[in-house]
Amino acid sequence: MNQRNLIILAGSVFGLLAILLVKYGNPPNMGFCIACFLRDITGGLGLQRAPVVQYIRPEILGLVLGAFAAALVSREFRTLGGSSALTRFVLGFVAMIGMLVFLGCPLRAILRLAGGDLNALVGIAGLVAGVALGIPFLRKGFSLGRALPQNKANGYVFVGIIVFFLILLLAKPAFIYFSTEGPASMRAPLALSLGVGLLAGVLAQRTRLCLAGGVRDFILFRDFYLLYGFIAILVVALIGNLVLGNFKLGFAGQPIAHSDGLWNFLGMMLAGLCFVLMGGCPLRQLVSAAEGNTDSAVTVLGLMAGAAFAHNFGLAASAGGVPAAGQAAVLIGFAVIVTLAFFICRANLIAREVSAGGRNKGRAGATLS
Amino acid sequence: MEEIKDARGLLCPEPLLITKQEMERLGSGTFKVLVDTAAARDNITRLAKKQNWKIEVSEKEGEFLLVLTK
Repeated sequence: MNQRNLIILAGSVFGLLAILLVKYGNPPNMGFCIACFLRDITGGLGLQRAPVVQYIRPEILGLVLGAFAAALVSREFRTLGGSSALTRFVLGFVAMIGMLVFLGCPLRAILRLAGGDLNALVGIAGLVAGVALGIPFLRKGFSLGRALPQNKANGYVFVGIIVFFLILLLAKPAFIYFSTEGPASMRAPLALSLGVGLLAGVLAQRTRLCLAGGVRDFILFRDFYLLYGFIAILVVALIGNLVLGNFKLGFAGQPIAHSDGLWNFLGMMLAGLCFVLMGGCPLRQLVSAAEGNTDSAVTVLGLMAGAAFAHNFGLAASAGGVPAAGQAAVLIGFAVIVTLAFFICRANLIAREVSAGGRNKGRAGATLS
Repeated sequence: MEEIKDARGLLCPEPLLITKQEMERLGSGTFKVLVDTAAARDNITRLAKKQNWKIEVSEKEGEFLLVLTK
Protein backbone atom coordinates (compact mmCIF):
# COMPACT_ATOMS: atom_id res chain seq x y z
CA MET A 1 0.00 0.00 0.00
CA ASN A 2 1.40 3.39 -0.83
CA GLN A 3 1.98 5.97 1.88
CA ARG A 4 -0.93 8.17 0.91
CA ASN A 5 -3.49 5.37 1.05
CA LEU A 6 -2.04 4.26 4.37
CA ILE A 7 -2.44 7.68 5.97
CA ILE A 8 -5.99 8.00 4.59
CA LEU A 9 -6.76 4.60 6.10
CA ALA A 10 -5.13 5.61 9.39
CA GLY A 11 -7.09 8.87 9.47
CA SER A 12 -10.33 7.01 8.77
CA VAL A 13 -9.66 4.58 11.61
CA PHE A 14 -8.81 7.51 13.93
CA GLY A 15 -12.12 9.15 13.06
CA LEU A 16 -14.03 5.93 13.62
CA LEU A 17 -12.31 5.25 16.95
CA ALA A 18 -13.04 8.77 18.18
CA ILE A 19 -16.75 8.35 17.41
CA LEU A 20 -16.70 4.95 19.10
CA LEU A 21 -15.15 6.40 22.26
CA VAL A 22 -17.80 9.12 22.46
CA LYS A 23 -20.55 6.55 21.95
CA TYR A 24 -19.18 4.49 24.83
CA GLY A 25 -18.80 7.33 27.25
CA ASN A 26 -16.09 9.88 26.38
CA PRO A 27 -17.12 13.55 26.39
CA PRO A 28 -18.91 14.88 23.28
CA ASN A 29 -16.60 15.92 20.44
CA MET A 30 -13.73 14.64 22.59
CA GLY A 31 -13.30 11.04 21.56
CA PHE A 32 -9.60 11.69 21.45
CA CYS A 33 -7.83 14.91 22.44
CA ILE A 34 -4.16 14.93 23.31
CA ALA A 35 -4.27 18.29 25.11
CA CYS A 36 -7.41 17.55 27.12
CA PHE A 37 -6.27 14.05 28.01
CA LEU A 38 -2.78 15.12 29.10
CA ARG A 39 -4.53 17.75 31.19
CA ASP A 40 -6.80 15.08 32.68
CA ILE A 41 -3.73 12.99 33.51
CA THR A 42 -2.12 15.87 35.40
CA GLY A 43 -5.41 16.13 37.29
CA GLY A 44 -5.50 12.40 37.95
CA LEU A 45 -2.04 12.70 39.47
CA GLY A 46 -3.21 15.62 41.58
CA LEU A 47 -0.89 18.13 39.90
CA GLN A 48 -3.88 20.34 39.27
CA ARG A 49 -7.01 20.28 41.41
CA ALA A 50 -9.82 21.27 39.09
CA PRO A 51 -12.35 18.61 40.15
CA VAL A 52 -13.84 18.20 36.67
CA VAL A 53 -10.65 17.28 34.78
CA GLN A 54 -8.99 14.48 36.74
CA TYR A 55 -8.51 11.06 35.18
CA ILE A 56 -5.43 9.15 34.04
CA ARG A 57 -6.70 8.75 30.47
CA PRO A 58 -5.91 5.26 29.14
CA GLU A 59 -6.08 6.55 25.55
CA ILE A 60 -2.81 8.44 26.04
CA LEU A 61 -1.12 5.51 27.78
CA GLY A 62 -2.24 3.18 25.00
CA LEU A 63 -1.10 5.62 22.33
CA VAL A 64 2.42 5.75 23.73
CA LEU A 65 2.65 1.99 24.27
CA GLY A 66 1.26 1.28 20.79
CA ALA A 67 3.71 3.67 19.16
CA PHE A 68 6.54 2.17 21.22
CA ALA A 69 5.65 -1.36 20.10
CA ALA A 70 5.39 -0.25 16.47
CA ALA A 71 8.77 1.49 16.68
CA LEU A 72 10.36 -1.63 18.17
CA VAL A 73 8.89 -3.96 15.57
CA SER A 74 9.82 -1.67 12.67
CA ARG A 75 13.28 -1.17 14.18
CA GLU A 76 12.72 2.58 14.23
CA PHE A 77 13.26 2.93 17.98
CA ARG A 78 16.29 5.16 18.52
CA THR A 79 17.40 6.90 21.68
CA LEU A 80 18.12 10.51 20.76
CA GLY A 81 18.42 13.67 22.79
CA GLY A 82 20.30 16.83 23.54
CA SER A 83 18.48 19.22 21.24
CA SER A 84 17.49 22.21 23.38
CA ALA A 85 15.45 20.20 25.87
CA LEU A 86 14.65 23.12 28.17
CA THR A 87 13.51 25.32 25.27
CA ARG A 88 11.25 22.48 24.14
CA PHE A 89 9.81 22.30 27.66
CA VAL A 90 8.92 25.99 27.43
CA LEU A 91 7.41 25.56 23.96
CA GLY A 92 5.29 22.67 25.24
CA PHE A 93 4.23 24.66 28.29
CA VAL A 94 3.13 27.69 26.28
CA ALA A 95 1.49 25.56 23.55
CA MET A 96 -0.67 23.89 26.20
CA ILE A 97 -1.86 27.23 27.57
CA GLY A 98 -2.89 28.23 24.04
CA MET A 99 -4.70 24.92 23.52
CA LEU A 100 -6.54 25.15 26.84
CA VAL A 101 -7.74 28.64 25.93
CA PHE A 102 -9.16 27.13 22.73
CA LEU A 103 -10.13 23.89 24.51
CA GLY A 104 -8.47 21.26 22.39
CA CYS A 105 -5.48 20.11 20.39
CA PRO A 106 -5.46 20.06 16.57
CA LEU A 107 -6.97 16.55 16.67
CA ARG A 108 -9.89 17.70 18.80
CA ALA A 109 -10.30 20.79 16.61
CA ILE A 110 -11.00 18.42 13.71
CA LEU A 111 -13.33 16.28 15.84
CA ARG A 112 -15.19 19.38 17.06
CA LEU A 113 -15.62 20.51 13.48
CA ALA A 114 -16.91 17.05 12.59
CA GLY A 115 -19.56 17.55 15.28
CA GLY A 116 -20.66 20.82 13.69
CA ASP A 117 -18.84 23.10 16.15
CA LEU A 118 -17.98 26.12 13.98
CA ASN A 119 -15.79 27.59 16.75
CA ALA A 120 -13.35 24.88 15.76
CA LEU A 121 -13.10 26.44 12.31
CA VAL A 122 -11.96 29.66 13.97
CA GLY A 123 -9.41 27.66 15.98
CA ILE A 124 -8.13 25.89 12.87
CA ALA A 125 -7.76 29.26 11.15
CA GLY A 126 -5.73 30.35 14.17
CA LEU A 127 -3.61 27.20 13.93
CA VAL A 128 -2.84 27.93 10.27
CA ALA A 129 -1.97 31.53 11.17
CA GLY A 130 0.32 30.35 13.97
CA VAL A 131 2.13 27.89 11.71
CA ALA A 132 2.45 30.62 9.07
CA LEU A 133 3.89 32.95 11.71
CA GLY A 134 6.49 30.35 12.68
CA ILE A 135 7.65 29.46 9.17
CA PRO A 136 9.65 32.67 8.55
CA PHE A 137 11.67 31.79 11.66
CA LEU A 138 12.45 28.38 10.15
CA ARG A 139 13.48 30.02 6.89
CA LYS A 140 15.63 32.53 8.76
CA GLY A 141 17.63 29.86 10.49
CA PHE A 142 15.57 28.86 13.53
CA SER A 143 16.81 25.49 14.73
CA LEU A 144 16.80 23.81 18.10
CA GLY A 145 19.98 22.03 17.08
CA ARG A 146 20.86 18.42 16.60
CA ALA A 147 19.81 15.55 18.76
CA LEU A 148 22.55 12.99 19.21
CA PRO A 149 22.33 9.27 19.93
CA GLN A 150 22.23 8.65 23.65
CA ASN A 151 22.68 5.67 25.89
CA LYS A 152 19.86 3.37 24.83
CA ALA A 153 18.46 3.08 28.37
CA ASN A 154 17.43 6.77 28.28
CA GLY A 155 14.96 6.04 25.51
CA TYR A 156 12.97 3.67 27.71
CA VAL A 157 12.51 6.11 30.60
CA PHE A 158 9.48 7.83 29.06
CA VAL A 159 7.80 4.52 28.32
CA GLY A 160 8.61 3.49 31.89
CA ILE A 161 6.81 6.57 33.22
CA ILE A 162 3.78 5.70 31.08
CA VAL A 163 3.78 2.12 32.38
CA PHE A 164 3.92 3.54 35.92
CA PHE A 165 0.86 5.70 35.13
CA LEU A 166 -0.90 2.58 33.85
CA ILE A 167 -0.12 0.76 37.10
CA LEU A 168 -1.54 3.71 39.07
CA LEU A 169 -4.67 3.68 36.92
CA LEU A 170 -5.21 -0.06 37.45
CA ALA A 171 -4.24 -0.17 41.13
CA LYS A 172 -6.22 3.01 41.99
CA PRO A 173 -4.22 4.02 45.09
CA ALA A 174 -5.98 6.57 47.32
CA PHE A 175 -3.85 9.52 46.17
CA ILE A 176 -5.05 9.25 42.56
CA TYR A 177 -7.97 11.46 41.56
CA PHE A 178 -10.98 10.40 39.54
CA SER A 179 -13.45 13.12 38.57
CA THR A 180 -17.02 12.38 39.57
CA GLU A 181 -18.44 15.30 37.59
CA GLY A 182 -17.52 17.21 34.43
CA PRO A 183 -15.67 16.07 31.30
CA ALA A 184 -13.21 13.74 33.04
CA SER A 185 -16.08 11.84 34.69
CA MET A 186 -17.21 10.92 31.19
CA ARG A 187 -15.14 7.99 30.11
CA ALA A 188 -15.40 4.97 27.90
CA PRO A 189 -14.63 1.60 29.58
CA LEU A 190 -10.96 1.35 30.48
CA ALA A 191 -10.20 -1.68 28.29
CA LEU A 192 -11.81 -0.04 25.26
CA SER A 193 -9.97 3.24 25.81
CA LEU A 194 -6.66 1.46 26.25
CA GLY A 195 -7.22 -0.74 23.20
CA VAL A 196 -8.18 2.21 21.03
CA GLY A 197 -5.11 4.06 22.25
CA LEU A 198 -2.85 1.13 21.35
CA LEU A 199 -4.25 0.91 17.83
CA ALA A 200 -4.07 4.68 17.40
CA GLY A 201 -0.45 4.62 18.56
CA VAL A 202 0.52 2.00 16.01
CA LEU A 203 -1.20 3.94 13.21
CA ALA A 204 0.27 7.28 14.25
CA GLN A 205 3.77 5.82 14.47
CA ARG A 206 3.56 4.19 11.06
CA THR A 207 2.13 7.25 9.29
CA ARG A 208 3.71 10.11 11.38
CA LEU A 209 0.27 11.70 11.56
CA CYS A 210 0.57 15.37 12.60
CA LEU A 211 -1.82 18.19 11.83
CA ALA A 212 0.53 21.08 12.52
CA GLY A 213 3.05 19.28 10.29
CA GLY A 214 0.37 18.94 7.63
CA VAL A 215 -0.24 22.67 7.51
CA ARG A 216 3.49 23.37 7.68
CA ASP A 217 4.41 20.94 4.88
CA PHE A 218 1.66 22.33 2.71
CA ILE A 219 2.90 25.91 3.12
CA LEU A 220 6.59 25.02 2.78
CA PHE A 221 6.53 22.24 0.19
CA ARG A 222 2.98 22.12 -1.19
CA ASP A 223 2.94 18.60 0.26
CA PHE A 224 -0.56 17.31 1.05
CA TYR A 225 0.51 14.00 2.60
CA LEU A 226 -0.17 14.72 6.28
CA LEU A 227 -3.31 16.70 5.48
CA TYR A 228 -4.89 13.66 3.81
CA GLY A 229 -4.90 11.97 7.21
CA PHE A 230 -6.79 14.77 8.84
CA ILE A 231 -9.26 15.15 5.99
CA ALA A 232 -9.96 11.44 6.43
CA ILE A 233 -10.54 11.94 10.19
CA LEU A 234 -12.90 14.82 9.45
CA VAL A 235 -14.91 12.94 6.83
CA VAL A 236 -15.30 9.72 8.81
CA ALA A 237 -16.08 11.48 12.11
CA LEU A 238 -18.57 13.73 10.31
CA ILE A 239 -20.37 10.73 8.81
CA GLY A 240 -20.31 9.00 12.21
CA ASN A 241 -21.82 12.03 13.95
CA LEU A 242 -24.51 12.36 11.29
CA VAL A 243 -25.43 8.69 11.58
CA LEU A 244 -25.57 8.80 15.39
CA GLY A 245 -27.42 12.13 15.46
CA ASN A 246 -24.58 13.93 17.24
CA PHE A 247 -24.12 16.58 14.55
CA LYS A 248 -25.22 20.05 15.59
CA LEU A 249 -24.12 22.95 13.37
CA GLY A 250 -23.44 26.33 14.96
CA PHE A 251 -21.33 28.43 17.30
CA ALA A 252 -23.46 28.56 20.44
CA GLY A 253 -23.97 25.82 23.01
CA GLN A 254 -21.35 23.43 21.64
CA PRO A 255 -20.09 20.77 24.09
CA ILE A 256 -17.00 21.69 26.11
CA ALA A 257 -16.37 24.79 24.00
CA HIS A 258 -16.87 28.54 24.18
CA SER A 259 -17.74 30.89 21.36
CA ASP A 260 -15.29 33.72 22.00
CA GLY A 261 -13.88 33.89 18.47
CA LEU A 262 -10.93 36.16 19.21
CA TRP A 263 -9.52 33.86 21.89
CA ASN A 264 -10.31 30.68 20.01
CA PHE A 265 -8.22 32.13 17.19
CA LEU A 266 -5.38 33.53 19.32
CA GLY A 267 -5.15 30.48 21.59
CA MET A 268 -4.73 28.11 18.70
CA MET A 269 -2.46 30.56 16.87
CA LEU A 270 -0.09 30.56 19.85
CA ALA A 271 -0.19 26.77 19.91
CA GLY A 272 0.46 26.59 16.15
CA LEU A 273 3.49 28.85 16.50
CA CYS A 274 4.89 26.59 19.22
CA PHE A 275 4.18 23.42 17.21
CA VAL A 276 6.08 24.61 14.17
CA LEU A 277 9.07 25.58 16.31
CA MET A 278 9.11 22.31 18.25
CA GLY A 279 8.60 20.18 15.16
CA GLY A 280 5.09 18.83 15.51
CA CYS A 281 1.78 18.80 17.31
CA PRO A 282 1.23 17.07 20.69
CA LEU A 283 0.22 13.80 19.04
CA ARG A 284 3.51 13.69 17.15
CA GLN A 285 5.47 14.62 20.29
CA LEU A 286 3.98 11.67 22.17
CA VAL A 287 4.79 9.29 19.31
CA SER A 288 8.29 10.68 18.94
CA ALA A 289 8.87 10.31 22.69
CA ALA A 290 7.69 6.69 22.42
CA GLU A 291 10.23 6.18 19.59
CA GLY A 292 13.01 7.07 22.02
CA ASN A 293 13.37 10.82 21.46
CA THR A 294 14.05 12.18 24.95
CA ASP A 295 13.67 15.80 23.77
CA SER A 296 10.11 15.03 22.73
CA ALA A 297 9.59 13.39 26.12
CA VAL A 298 10.66 16.66 27.77
CA THR A 299 8.23 18.49 25.46
CA VAL A 300 5.44 16.24 26.74
CA LEU A 301 6.43 17.08 30.32
CA GLY A 302 6.26 20.75 29.32
CA LEU A 303 2.75 20.19 27.95
CA MET A 304 1.74 18.55 31.24
CA ALA A 305 3.31 21.32 33.33
CA GLY A 306 1.48 23.88 31.20
CA ALA A 307 -1.79 22.04 31.83
CA ALA A 308 -1.19 21.96 35.57
CA PHE A 309 -0.44 25.69 35.65
CA ALA A 310 -3.37 26.51 33.38
CA HIS A 311 -5.83 24.97 35.83
CA ASN A 312 -4.10 25.87 39.10
CA PHE A 313 -3.90 29.53 38.10
CA GLY A 314 -7.23 29.87 36.34
CA LEU A 315 -5.86 30.34 32.82
CA ALA A 316 -7.86 27.61 31.09
CA ALA A 317 -11.10 28.41 29.32
CA SER A 318 -14.40 26.73 30.10
CA ALA A 319 -17.80 26.68 28.45
CA GLY A 320 -18.31 30.06 30.15
CA GLY A 321 -15.47 31.67 28.20
CA VAL A 322 -11.83 32.65 28.61
CA PRO A 323 -10.82 34.20 31.96
CA ALA A 324 -8.87 37.47 31.89
CA ALA A 325 -5.83 35.67 33.28
CA GLY A 326 -5.97 33.23 30.38
CA GLN A 327 -6.12 36.08 27.89
CA ALA A 328 -3.12 37.72 29.52
CA ALA A 329 -1.26 34.40 29.52
CA VAL A 330 -1.79 34.02 25.75
CA LEU A 331 -0.42 37.51 25.07
CA ILE A 332 2.57 36.91 27.35
CA GLY A 333 3.05 33.56 25.59
CA PHE A 334 3.29 35.28 22.21
CA ALA A 335 5.82 37.78 23.55
CA VAL A 336 7.94 35.03 25.13
CA ILE A 337 7.96 32.70 22.13
CA VAL A 338 8.55 35.36 19.47
CA THR A 339 11.42 36.82 21.53
CA LEU A 340 12.89 33.37 22.12
CA ALA A 341 12.63 32.45 18.42
CA PHE A 342 14.24 35.74 17.42
CA PHE A 343 17.25 35.22 19.67
CA ILE A 344 17.65 31.58 18.62
CA CYS A 345 17.64 32.67 14.95
CA ARG A 346 20.17 35.37 15.66
CA ALA A 347 22.51 33.07 17.57
CA ASN A 348 22.29 30.49 14.77
CA LEU A 349 23.09 33.11 12.13
CA ILE A 350 26.12 34.35 14.08
CA ALA A 351 27.33 30.78 14.59
CA ARG A 352 26.96 30.12 10.88
CA GLU A 353 28.94 33.19 9.90
CA VAL A 354 31.72 32.10 12.23
CA SER A 355 31.76 28.57 10.80
CA ALA A 356 31.58 29.87 7.21
CA GLY A 357 34.67 31.94 7.98
CA GLY A 358 36.52 28.83 9.04
CA ARG A 359 36.30 25.36 7.56
CA ASN A 360 32.75 24.77 6.45
CA LYS A 361 32.82 21.09 7.24
CA GLY A 362 31.53 18.63 9.76
CA ARG A 363 28.38 18.70 11.82
CA ALA A 364 28.11 22.45 11.93
CA GLY A 365 24.34 22.48 12.27
CA ALA A 366 21.64 23.07 9.76
CA THR A 367 22.90 25.34 7.05
CA LEU A 368 19.75 27.07 5.98
CA SER A 369 19.58 30.39 4.29
CA MET B 1 32.94 15.51 -5.62
CA GLU B 2 29.60 16.09 -3.99
CA GLU B 3 29.32 17.04 -0.36
CA ILE B 4 27.18 15.01 2.03
CA LYS B 5 24.47 17.15 3.63
CA ASP B 6 24.30 16.10 7.24
CA ALA B 7 20.74 16.24 8.55
CA ARG B 8 21.26 13.80 11.40
CA GLY B 9 19.60 14.65 14.68
CA LEU B 10 17.34 17.28 13.18
CA LEU B 11 13.59 17.13 13.59
CA CYS B 12 11.24 17.80 10.71
CA PRO B 13 11.03 19.96 8.77
CA GLU B 14 14.73 20.83 8.93
CA PRO B 15 16.02 17.81 6.96
CA LEU B 16 13.44 18.67 4.29
CA LEU B 17 14.45 22.33 4.21
CA ILE B 18 18.11 21.36 3.82
CA THR B 19 17.24 18.98 0.99
CA LYS B 20 15.00 21.45 -0.78
CA GLN B 21 17.59 24.18 -0.50
CA GLU B 22 20.21 21.91 -2.06
CA MET B 23 17.82 20.92 -4.87
CA GLU B 24 17.23 24.57 -5.65
CA ARG B 25 20.93 25.42 -5.42
CA LEU B 26 22.02 22.63 -7.77
CA GLY B 27 19.06 22.49 -10.13
CA SER B 28 20.31 19.13 -11.33
CA GLY B 29 23.13 16.71 -10.58
CA THR B 30 23.77 14.45 -7.61
CA PHE B 31 23.95 15.07 -3.90
CA LYS B 32 23.73 13.06 -0.73
CA VAL B 33 21.81 13.60 2.47
CA LEU B 34 22.49 11.72 5.69
CA VAL B 35 19.58 11.33 8.12
CA ASP B 36 18.97 9.20 11.19
CA THR B 37 15.21 8.85 11.49
CA ALA B 38 12.80 6.91 9.34
CA ALA B 39 10.47 9.92 9.37
CA ALA B 40 13.12 12.11 7.73
CA ARG B 41 13.93 9.33 5.26
CA ASP B 42 10.29 8.98 4.23
CA ASN B 43 9.68 12.72 4.05
CA ILE B 44 12.72 13.33 1.85
CA THR B 45 11.78 10.39 -0.35
CA ARG B 46 8.35 11.93 -0.84
CA LEU B 47 9.82 15.35 -1.58
CA ALA B 48 12.28 13.85 -4.10
CA LYS B 49 9.53 12.05 -5.99
CA LYS B 50 7.44 15.20 -6.07
CA GLN B 51 10.35 17.24 -7.44
CA ASN B 52 11.30 14.48 -9.92
CA TRP B 53 14.62 13.62 -8.33
CA LYS B 54 15.69 9.99 -8.37
CA ILE B 55 16.45 8.75 -4.88
CA GLU B 56 18.42 5.78 -3.60
CA VAL B 57 18.34 4.86 0.07
CA SER B 58 20.93 2.79 1.88
CA GLU B 59 20.89 2.02 5.57
CA LYS B 60 23.87 1.59 7.82
CA GLU B 61 23.72 1.24 11.59
CA GLY B 62 20.45 3.09 11.96
CA GLU B 63 21.45 5.93 9.67
CA PHE B 64 20.16 6.45 6.17
CA LEU B 65 22.24 7.75 3.28
CA LEU B 66 20.02 9.22 0.59
CA VAL B 67 21.50 9.77 -2.87
CA LEU B 68 19.47 12.19 -4.97
CA THR B 69 20.01 12.53 -8.70
CA LYS B 70 18.39 14.60 -11.41
